[in-house]
Amino acid sequence: MSILIDKNTRVICQGFTGKQGTFHSQQALEYGTQLVGGVTPERGGSRHLGLPVFNTVEEAAKATGADASMIYVPPFYAADAILEAVDAGIKLIVCITEGIPTLHMLRVKAAMAGTGALLVGPNCPGVITPGQCKIGIMPGKIHLPGSIGIVSRSGTLTYESVHQTTHQGLGQSSCVGIGGDPIHGMNFVDVLSRFQEDEQTRGIVMVGEIGGGEEEDAAEYIQAHVTKPVVAYIAGQTAPPGKRMGHAGAIVTGGKGTAAGKVAALKAAGVEVVSSPTDIGAAIRGCLPR
Amino acid sequence: MNIHEYQAKQLFRSYGIPAPEGRPAASAQEADRAARELDGAGWVVKAQVHAGGRGKAGGVKLVKRVEDVAAVSRDLLGSRLVTHQTDSAGLPVQKLLIEKTYPIKRELYLSLIVDRGSERMTFIVSAAGGMDIEAVAHESPEKILSIAIHPAAGLQANQCRRCAYALGLKGEQIKALAGIMQGMYRLFLEKDASQIEINPLIETEAGELLALDAKINFDDNAVAAHPDILALRDHEQEDARENKAQQYGLNYITLDGTIGCMVNGAGLAMATMDLVKLKGGRPANFLDVGGGTNVEKVCEAFKLILSDGNVKAVLVNIFGGIVQCDIIASGILAAIKQVHVAVPVVVRLEGTNAEQGRALLNSTGLNLYAADDLTHAAEQVVALAEAAA
Repeated sequence: MSILIDKNTRVICQGFTGKQGTFHSQQALEYGTQLVGGVTPERGGSRHLGLPVFNTVEEAAKATGADASMIYVPPFYAADAILEAVDAGIKLIVCITEGIPTLHMLRVKAAMAGTGALLVGPNCPGVITPGQCKIGIMPGKIHLPGSIGIVSRSGTLTYESVHQTTHQGLGQSSCVGIGGDPIHGMNFVDVLSRFQEDEQTRGIVMVGEIGGGEEEDAAEYIQAHVTKPVVAYIAGQTAPPGKRMGHAGAIVTGGKGTAAGKVAALKAAGVEVVSSPTDIGAAIRGCLPR
Repeated sequence: MNIHEYQAKQLFRSYGIPAPEGRPAASAQEADRAARELDGAGWVVKAQVHAGGRGKAGGVKLVKRVEDVAAVSRDLLGSRLVTHQTDSAGLPVQKLLIEKTYPIKRELYLSLIVDRGSERMTFIVSAAGGMDIEAVAHESPEKILSIAIHPAAGLQANQCRRCAYALGLKGEQIKALAGIMQGMYRLFLEKDASQIEINPLIETEAGELLALDAKINFDDNAVAAHPDILALRDHEQEDARENKAQQYGLNYITLDGTIGCMVNGAGLAMATMDLVKLKGGRPANFLDVGGGTNVEKVCEAFKLILSDGNVKAVLVNIFGGIVQCDIIASGILAAIKQVHVAVPVVVRLEGTNAEQGRALLNSTGLNLYAADDLTHAAEQVVALAEAAA
């Protein structure tokens, strides 16, 4: 088992023939992902990377039976791409694009309410179930099929956590980058609940950062519902207030969203919070029953 | 992106949001002329800087006699204003806003933000205006009303009325407030704002509502779609290094430590700063070189870091996923040669082609340390910075 995706997941790529779409589709194919086609308007009927190209997601979904889409379209067109996938009945939509205007995402989220579609991202590395399916920009070869579920707001900190759990010999059940934007799809609680239900997952690594209140919500959820060991790391303890630290969502405003507040909430929920990002692997190893 | 108060008030006027009569001025003569044209019983001279707390810092002066406006303006123009929101160097005052004064009955608070928890545009309203709203929220949250707007329905008349009643407004004022709120809502949507704040919104003795102050922030992700807003940008109010970084697609934020940091990924960049602190050092900056990094970008990143005279040592921390470590390594070497890096550089490379990258770095004979472990890299750079201090 795993969460969200596995070897049976049929994936299409939106923005398929662009530079990013092409590069990461190739990488996904090399990893063994069941990429079944792609969408680029006005290129329908042609082939790219040996796969069919469609004008619309609806056509692509009908022809390929795709249940997941990865989106690499430029920021001002990404909201449209997400909603096109929703309309076509795609169940899992992974949007990698960085730099989408906040108000676009606000409308997307409101439009998605009640549709049952799941959105991961935007501004995220994507989702991977090691050895089975890779949807995103993460380097495939650092992963190892295994028992740790990883959920993170940051791309490279996900890779750090993956690298360390691979070196500990634990491997990963699935890894989900939920993204660095203030308004985004699946949040920590959405992913934690799935890891809690997943038999393959024995322990959970959660990487948060300054800004917003989702880590605090996660702490509350963990205390009430998660029985598996959780190790957390929160980035941004030294970040000055009022400054956006790279991610649009990483900002402390009005004394809210501080690293200290998140660490305290998680500790109070029984989560082992490491103060150095280099201790994540060893800490989750130490938490697992022998 | 931030704009000045006088620019925000010009936008307000075009959206039907009333503000005091005023004129911008870039010289004492212009200020003098502005005050005479405004023909009031008193004037206020307001320094235009991108920071709050101007009043307490001496950047807002009340003037009773029109012939004093020029002298007050001369003092402010060309100075640097240091407020609790700026660094110790402060921000340059190159423009003033000269306004008529109005007899104030009450000071109210009105803002529109995106609430990330509810994922809604949300009005924040309080009768406790003119104060730090965060302090009000903390000490007496019952004095604050939040109204969330559904994006499909838009701002409703009942929502405006509820705000008006919460502010204790009556009769024509209720309509006036609704007009102000509708204007703010339209402005926010049409120009992709991230925050519009009126603090205070005043009720004059005559019962009029006026935006005495105006603050608008715009969504950096959207501003490229609004050339009229981009044209309002004042680079003099922004950190020169942060601006330079933006031109090269780098994310840079100046801090006050001695250890320069160059990292790929925003989360890892924050984590690297935190680790430097944990090991007893102080980071000089946040710098995310991003994905798709090339030699030119790394060169520019190095130049930026080293343009800060406080930097005693540099830590480069790269987890190569999309960015391959050997490309980063050759970028670092090219930059060190181009920029004549005089401080020690500790490099931690991990990920795709990490070994090739480390091998490249170790074969140079430069003041360069290739670490394969992030903890050791942080310890080493802290020790090197201390030795150089």
